Amino acid sequence: MFGDYSIGDLGSIFVMQGFAGLILFSVYVLMALGLAIIFGQMGVINMAHGEFMILGAYVTWMTSNVFQSYLPSLFSGYFFLAMILAFLASGALGMLVEWVLIRHLYKRPLDTLLATWGLSLMLQQAYRSIFGAREVGVELPQWMLGSLHVTDSIEVPINGVFVMGLTVLITIAVAYIMFRSRWGRQVRAVVQNRIMAGAVGINTAKVDRYTFALGCGIAGVAGSAFTMIGSTGPTSGQLYIVDTFLVVVFGGAASLLGTIASAFSISQTQSTLEFFMSGSMAKVLTLLAVVGILMLRPQGLFALKVRK
Amino acid sequence: MLAINDLHVAYGQSEVLHGLNVSVAPNEIVAIMGRNGMGKTTLMKSLMGIVPIKSGSVTMDGDELGALPSYDRVAKGLAYVPQGRMIFSTMTVKENIETGLVVSGGSEVPEDIYELFPVLLEMKGRRGGNLSGGQQQQLAIARALATKPKVLLLDEPTEGIQPSIIKDMAKTLKRIRDERGLSIVVSEQVLSFALDIADRVLVIENGEIVRDDPRDSVDAAQISKFLSV
Repeated sequence: MFGDYSIGDLGSIFVMQGFAGLILFSVYVLMALGLAIIFGQMGVINMAHGEFMILGAYVTWMTSNVFQSYLPSLFSGYFFLAMILAFLASGALGMLVEWVLIRHLYKRPLDTLLATWGLSLMLQQAYRSIFGAREVGVELPQWMLGSLHVTDSIEVPINGVFVMGLTVLITIAVAYIMFRSRWGRQVRAVVQNRIMAGAVGINTAKVDRYTFALGCGIAGVAGSAFTMIGSTGPTSGQLYIVDTFLVVVFGGAASLLGTIASAFSISQTQSTLEFFMSGSMAKVLTLLAVVGILMLRPQGLFALKVRK
Repeated sequence: MLAINDLHVAYGQSEVLHGLNVSVAPNEIVAIMGRNGMGKTTLMKSLMGIVPIKSGSVTMDGDELGALPSYDRVAKGLAYVPQGRMIFSTMTVKENIETGLVVSGGSEVPEDIYELFPVLLEMKGRRGGNLSGGQQQQLAIARALATKPKVLLLDEPTEGIQPSIIKDMAKTLKRIRDERGLSIVVSEQVLSFALDIADRVLVIENGEIVRDDPRDSVDAAQISKFLSV
């Protein structure tokens, strides 16, 4: 398949597909971060995580519409506000869901799978009723369109670089919260041993609620980024949830670095292969590689070593 | 200080503790002896709110604890060193101790904790899970002390610890009691350790307290009959 291209062409193709994969990478990382935090801490497999992302995408779409109609002069900056609103909206919904539904199911992990799946169906229908079944697209401000001209054959999309930078910032912020802050210490203690965390005085119920909200909020930001690569529809989130689980498992649960490495390798493999073959073949090859590696390393790419 | 009145605890339909009455005076060390399966750990867990109470009451300075979640009990002054230590193994030694500070409000590990356990200061950057059994036990006690408790509960602290370190631990526990003026309730199977530290020795048998002797009048031979299998 590489035969038809010169070495120089191949180099350019890899670089450009690599950059094109950056947005996918960012969406994966943000989705997987939220999922990994929630799964790691509460053992809850959140099947509705894709719908929290899509909520963020819809919020972004609404914000762009509002800016277009009422504040056209500020349109170039709407994306920043949209991301914050997406985070808040998804986080608030997450907190509500935890309070109404999830907290009653902590002792029945398999039931959370079913409950959150049901929740995802409900949310999908809610989106369909509220926003319509038609997919919507977000208009990007002028400065995000176009690409940076690096060489004659290499062009880098600006929105890709932007989303990438944003993802890096959010990842650093999450890492800081988890590993340096007082609250992160409580989260990690609850992850390790919920009962013991309670017995050293950590309010586990409160930690759970805010952690769930944080994970969902990050999914909302992922939704903002998602608006750049796909059009937003009621069921768009479904397409991403499986890939995201793959990222989490492949990276090794509860390892931040592993999540990033695995999101990067999966999205780049996918994106690069897509240039040379059909999308589904690319997916098949990616999945085969992941399955192969997981058979050799069932604990995922990165796992902490401690005495048992 | 800590008062347990007519405490019944059951797992489903099977009642394990049948109406215990224990009161712990300020600054007192109470040892609860008993064989495996007699209810020591269940008692500890029910005091911490890990296992629910069926009936009866647990009070701390007159405040009822029976219905509170674990973290509120810690705020009221109970601290717990569980059997098997249960430190947070992927967190560093320092972070482990800091988890105890959430309740007491400080942000830095108090100096006196490192004074009690100098080895923890040496190893503060290591992961808790990579410490030896004895060091983990010290860490679990340090973590409990960080919550500034009035009553410290220890569930079989000598389990899996080598004899020379057991001696040190007895010394340390007495020092903690003397310096901090707290009460200690320790469940044990090792009689020599219990006699070494306790002011009062209770024996629990089939979910009931069958003996309650002050240290001076303890008949070691009688108690050891309850322990030998």
